Amino acid sequence: MTKVNMNVNGKAVSGDVPDETLLSQFLRETLRLTGTHIGCDTSQCGACVVHVNGQAVKSCSTLAVSLDGADVMTIEGLANGELHPMQAAFNDNHGLQCGFCTPGMIMSGVDMVARYKAEGKDLTSDAIRAELEGNICRCTGYHNIVKSIEDAAAKM
Amino acid sequence: MYPTKYHKPASIEDAIAALGGGDDAMVLAGGQTLLATMKQHLASPSDLVDIRAIEGLSGIAVRGGSLTIGAATTHAEVAGSGDVREQCAALAALASGIGDPAVRNMGTIGGSIANNDPAADYPAALLALGATIITNKREIAADDFFTGLFTTALDEGEIIVAVNVSAPTKAAYAKFDQPASRFALVGVFVANGASGVRVAVTGAGEDGVFRHAGLEAALSADWSGSAVDGVDVAADGLMSDMHAGADYRANLIKVMAKRAVSASA
Ligand SMILES: Cc1cc2nc3c(=O)[nH]c(=O)nc-3n(C[C@H](O)[C@H](O)[C@H](O)COP(=O)(O)OP(=O)(O)OC[C@H]3O[C@@H](n4cnc5c(N)ncnc54)[C@H](O)[C@@H]3O)c2cc1C
Ligand code: FES
Ligand code: FES
Repeated sequence: MTKVNMNVNGKAVSGDVPDETLLSQFLRETLRLTGTHIGCDTSQCGACVVHVNGQAVKSCSTLAVSLDGADVMTIEGLANGELHPMQAAFNDNHGLQCGFCTPGMIMSGVDMVARYKAEGKDLTSDAIRAELEGNICRCTGYHNIVKSIEDAAAKM
Repeated sequence: MYPTKYHKPASIEDAIAALGGGDDAMVLAGGQTLLATMKQHLASPSDLVDIRAIEGLSGIAVRGGSLTIGAATTHAEVAGSGDVREQCAALAALASGIGDPAVRNMGTIGGSIANNDPAADYPAALLALGATIITNKREIAADDFFTGLFTTALDEGEIIVAVNVSAPTKAAYAKFDQPASRFALVGVFVANGASGVRVAVTGAGEDGVFRHAGLEAALSADWSGSAVDGVDVAADGLMSDMHAGADYRANLIKVMAKRAVSASA
């Protein structure tokens, strides 16, 4: 067991976990933040995407113990009294059906908008589709997911 | 995952000691291959030695037309580096096409070449660019480094520290994505530089990445897409699987080589 300290959604947290604990397990099982979903065993679906030190990361493919001292943001940390513009856009554009992939889609969406803004690049719908390479929607509602991210990008 | 013990050494010496300490210790870099393999119980290292906190193992330096990329440098860092774009735009473009944004934020160049997946992108680039792989104990030419499917010239407990590439005059990479995994069904990297014309093919060879002598001869004589037309690319030694037969891959090698030459700058 190793003691891990992190800052999750702005709060200092810690836990004693076995070294092989994945960040996704630490979030879901130790911290009970179950908004981060696990959709696959192959690192391909993106349902588990969170932000680590400001970057999108697959929490199922990262060890919790390797992130001692890191800043982690999950879907639970996004809303600040009211929905984050990305969450509101998914709501307004019917960007979710069953909602399973949605936490990962939203965390990837927020990340891509921030990156494109920082680089001064235009986040076109083609770019959104390419950026969503690692996020799979089993309900296949991609058109509205792309629309939601475009809508949010205009408001963020 | 099976239990494992995690180490985060601050120096190469400590990393080597930790690797020697466990019965079956492995280096951990971005974890984008190794952790997935461990989840599937295809690997069960007794110890994981995380090399990302070792000073000097990540980052990009340019010295007189030569690029040195630290082993722990992520795909996103290579893709976004102004130095890499300037010295070898094809390498930055290749890195930006690996996996997806989250994988690129974690996956490293050292991990990719140490793993030597037969469909990985970096091995084609390093072989075509005639790169040198620098480890904790020696320098290995790319020609000697990639020795077969998921195998390399690395000894047990040897750590890649950096890779060194000389800027080519012209280079480009063309990748035909395998539609499910988005690894290369066939990828061809063409380079024209100080060590002549070199063409490396990934995704296709039964023994992993390889150079194609016929394409190299044709492009040495005439660096143009049409020079590829006359080259005979045989299906012998190429992989056949549910995604594509060897003959289909042989044809794709020519198509990708042509696209790469036409796009080269
Ligand atoms: C969804 C997904 C899509 C992907 N798509 C692609 C793709 O399109 N093209 C592509 O090329 N790759 C792709 N990859 C693989 C990705 O590029 C990995 O990042 C890479 O293969 C491994 O790098 P890593 O840093 O994550 O290494 P790890 O997973 O940490 O390690 C991999 C292996 O290398 C060894 N190792 C790591 N670093 C060193 C070192 N410095 N010295 C010695 N040994 C070392 C480890 O012991 C281990 O055996 C994909 C991966 C995923 C999950
Ligand atoms: S659960 Fe992480 S990629 Fe599927
Ligand atoms: S909304 Fe159901 S998986 Fe995407």
